[in-house]
Amino acid sequence: MKIKTPSDLEKLRDQGQCMLSPQKPRVSVGMATCGLAAGAGAVFDALRQAADNLRLDLTLVSAGCIGCCQEEPLVDVRMPGFGRVLYARMTPEGADRLIRSLASGELPHENALAYIPEEGSDTPKSAEVLSGLVPINALPFYAKQHKVILRNSGLIDPQSIEEYAARGGYKSLLLALLQLSPHEIIDEITRSGLRGRGGGGFPTGKKWEVCSRAAGTARFIICNADEGDPGAYMDRTVLESDPYAVIEGMTIGGYAIGASQGYVYVRNEYPLAIDRINHAIERSTECGLLGEDILGTDFTFSIQVIRGAGAFVCGEETALIASLEGGLGEPRPRPPYPAVSGLWGKPTLINNVKTWASVAAIIRKGPEWYAGIGTKGNAGTAVFSLVGKVANTGLVEIPLGLTLEEMIQGIGGGGLAGKRVKAVQTGGPSGGCIPADLFHLPIDYASLTQAGSIMGSGGMVVMDEDTCMVDVARYFLRFTMEESCGKCTPCREGARYMYAILTRIIEGEATPEDLVLLEEIAMWVKEASLCGLGQTAPNPVLSTLRYFRDEYDAHVREKRCPAGVCRALIKLTINAERCTGCGLCLRECPVGAIRGKKKAPHIIDPDLCTHCRTCYDICPEKAVEIVR
Amino acid sequence: MITLTINRRPVSVPQGTLLLKAVEEAGITLPSLCHHDALAPYGACRLCMVMITAPYRALVASCTYPVEEGLVVETDAPEAVQARRLALEFLMSRCPRSDVIRKMAEKEGVTASRFGMPSTEQTDELCVLCGLCVRVCRELIGAAAIGFTGRGSERRVGAPFDFQSDACIGCGACAEVCPTGAIQMEDRGNQRILRAWNTRITLSACPECGRFFTPEPTRFLKKMLPEIETYWEVCPDCRRQKTSRQWLNAQ
Repeated sequence: MKIKTPSDLEKLRDQGQCMLSPQKPRVSVGMATCGLAAGAGAVFDALRQAADNLRLDLTLVSAGCIGCCQEEPLVDVRMPGFGRVLYARMTPEGADRLIRSLASGELPHENALAYIPEEGSDTPKSAEVLSGLVPINALPFYAKQHKVILRNSGLIDPQSIEEYAARGGYKSLLLALLQLSPHEIIDEITRSGLRGRGGGGFPTGKKWEVCSRAAGTARFIICNADEGDPGAYMDRTVLESDPYAVIEGMTIGGYAIGASQGYVYVRNEYPLAIDRINHAIERSTECGLLGEDILGTDFTFSIQVIRGAGAFVCGEETALIASLEGGLGEPRPRPPYPAVSGLWGKPTLINNVKTWASVAAIIRKGPEWYAGIGTKGNAGTAVFSLVGKVANTGLVEIPLGLTLEEMIQGIGGGGLAGKRVKAVQTGGPSGGCIPADLFHLPIDYASLTQAGSIMGSGGMVVMDEDTCMVDVARYFLRFTMEESCGKCTPCREGARYMYAILTRIIEGEATPEDLVLLEEIAMWVKEASLCGLGQTAPNPVLSTLRYFRDEYDAHVREKRCPAGVCRALIKLTINAERCTGCGLCLRECPVGAIRGKKKAPHIIDPDLCTHCRTCYDICPEKAVEIVR
Repeated sequence: MITLTINRRPVSVPQGTLLLKAVEEAGITLPSLCHHDALAPYGACRLCMVMITAPYRALVASCTYPVEEGLVVETDAPEAVQARRLALEFLMSRCPRSDVIRKMAEKEGVTASRFGMPSTEQTDELCVLCGLCVRVCRELIGAAAIGFTGRGSERRVGAPFDFQSDACIGCGACAEVCPTGAIQMEDRGNQRILRAWNTRITLSACPECGRFFTPEPTRFLKKMLPEIETYWEVCPDCRRQKTSRQWLNAQ
C-alpha cells in the first residue's frame, strides 16, 4: 500500500496499534545484538516451541534493545487486561514455564523485573497480581532516563513499519512535507538546540543551514553509522531497534536541504544493523515513504546502505566520504567542510545515527519541547553505553546536564561487587579518564572538554580500584595507534613512540625523563595532527597524567603497580593459612609454576611464574595474594 | 587582495593563496615535504606548522590553510617551532640516512633525534610517506598506478599487491617528484625499471630518432595538447621538433 494522504498514514497507524495491543498475549524478546549475545535467540526459540506445543495463540516479537543489557535476555510480556511485565535473565527453561503460565492465564513471578505502565493508564492489573513488583521507572537504572532517541527501542518490532507508525512515526515527515518549508524545518532544528551526537557537538541547525545555502544543485545526505569505539554500541542499537526513526530523520533532512539521495555508511561488523536498516528501507519504499513522490508530493528521496570495511578512521567525516567514493579511507584537511564540498565535491549533510534519530521527534513535538530537556547550550538527550566495572551496565539515555555521579552511582548503581569506582572514561579511545572526585561535573560538551575528556559518541567505561590507569591509557592508545591511517606524521610516528614509552613504564623500565618526553609528544600529537583521530588520541594519556600522576610515578620511580595489574611489577604468593590445597591453581597454571601436595598449602615458584594471575582469579578461597 | 600579518609585518596576497605561499612571500622559508604547487593541498608531513593568533589561536599546517583577511600568523611562536622540530626529529629517526631531512632539520635547529633509530632492516628507509608520488600519479598523470597500503606505522606506498603494475606508464613522475630520493628509476636498453613498484616498463623506440620513450602519453599531456595527437608515436623530442616545424611552416 502506498501512503499518499494523511488518512493513508492513519490506516497504517491503526494497523500498528492492533499489532502493539492485540487481543492475545504479546511477548517480545529483546533481540538486538546485546540480547542475542546473552542468549535471546534460544529464549525466542523456546518461547515459540512452548507456544506451539500448547497451541497458545500469541504474538511473538523479536524487538530491539530494551536497555538494561545487564539483565538480558529480557522478555516483555503484555497480557490483555493485565498490562505489561518485564522478565529478566530469561532462560529457555524459564521461557517454557512462562508460556505455561500464560496459557493458564497467569503472569508468573519467576524472573519478573518490573511492570511497565502503559501510557495514559493507571496502575495495571499486573502490579496487583504480582505483589511487590515495582514500575520500571522506579528501578534506579531507568529512573533518571529520558528516552528520545531510544523512544521506540525495545517497544516495537524493528521490522514493522506499522508499529513504528503507531508510535507516532512518519507524523513528522507528513508535517514537514505538507506544512513546513525547508527553511522552517532548518529553523526548528536550530531553535531546538540539537548538537551533533557523533561527539563533535557542532550545532546541527547551523550545519543544515550552511549546507542548504552552499552553491550547486546536487546535494547528499549521509548517516554516519561507522561506530567503532571499544565498549560502545549506541548507533548499532538504534539501527537495530528503530531503523525507521533514522530513515524518517534523513528524509526530513533531505527535504530541508534539497537532497534526493541519502547514504547510510555502516560498518560491516554490524550485520544485524545492516539487515534491519535494509529491510526498513525496502518497506519504506514499498509504502511510498521513500522513492518518488513521497506522500503525494513531488519530493523524491532514496537511501542506500554502504558497508564500511572496518577502519575506525572512517568515522571521521572526510575519511568516510573518501571511503564512500571508493577511495582510501583517510581524512583530508578541512576547510572545505563537507557541508560545502563533500561527497563527489557536492554539498553533503553528514550526521550521526543518533542525531538523525532525534530529528523526527523534534519536528513532531516542537523545538521548544526539545530545548526544554537538558541544560542551556546542551539541549536534549544523549545515549551512553555504560560499561566496565559498574553494577548496572547497559544503554542509557539521559538529558544532558545530569552529573557523572547521578550516572555512575545512580543509574549505574556504583562499583561492581562493592568496589570503589576510581574513574570513568568518556568518549571512547579518544576521550579521557575523569577521576571520581570530579563526578560532580555535569555531562555536557563543555564540562567534559574542560576536564580533559570529550563527550564523544557516548562510550562510558567505568574503572574501579583494580584498574591500573597507566595500563588503561596504554590500552586505548594501542587502539588509536593501530587504527591511525598513518597519513600525518604526528599520529603515525608520535602515537607509536608514546606506546613504546607506556610499554616501558608498565614493564618498569622507564625513567622520569620518559614521562617528560611522553607529555611533550602527547601535546604535539594533540595539536599538530591532521584529523580528529590524531588530535584526540593522546587524551587518555594526558588525562591520566593529569589526574593519576601518582600511579605513573609509582611505576617509574618505585617500580610498583598500585592496582596490581602490570605483570612485570607484581608478584603472586599463596597465603598458606587460607590455602586448602584444593589443587585448582596447580592444574590451571599455564606454566606449571605451582607446587604442593593435596590438602596442603601450595607454593608458587617465582622463577617460573609469569604473573598471569590465573591462580588469583580462580582461587575459591582467595588465598592467592598480589604483592604490589 | 587579502592582507594578513605574518610575524608582525603586513603581507598582501591574492585571495585563495595558501598560508605557506603567503609566508614564503614574506621571505620566510618553512620546512615542507608534502606540498607541491601542482597538486591539491594534502597536509601530511606537518612540517610547516605555524601559530595563528587571530581570528582564533591554533597551530595550523600552513600548506592547507587558505589565507583570510585579518589573519595573524607567528611562524616563530615557541609552540610552532616546537611542533616543527618534533616532526623533524621523528622523520630523522624514521629516515636516518636522508640528507634532505638532515639539512632541513639543521635549519630548524635540530641536529639529532631523541627517538632512536629504526630497526636494522629499515635503516635504508628514505620514504617519508608525503604522498607526492601517489598524488602526482593520480591527479596529474591520471594513471593511479600506485597507492598506499597498510595502516598507521605499517603504511607504505606500492603498486597493488606489490606486483608488476599494469597501470604504470613508466613516465617517471613519481621519481621526479620524490623529495627524498626514495624512488629510483633506471633505464636499461628498452627497459625502464622502477624497483620501488616492482615494475618494468618496455619503452618504445622512436621511429624518427631511435631513442626510447614512454609509450603511453600522459593524460595530462593529452588533455593539454589535444591538437598534436598525431605525434604520440614519436618521442617527446621529435614531437617538439615536428610541432615547431609545423608552426614555422604555418608562419
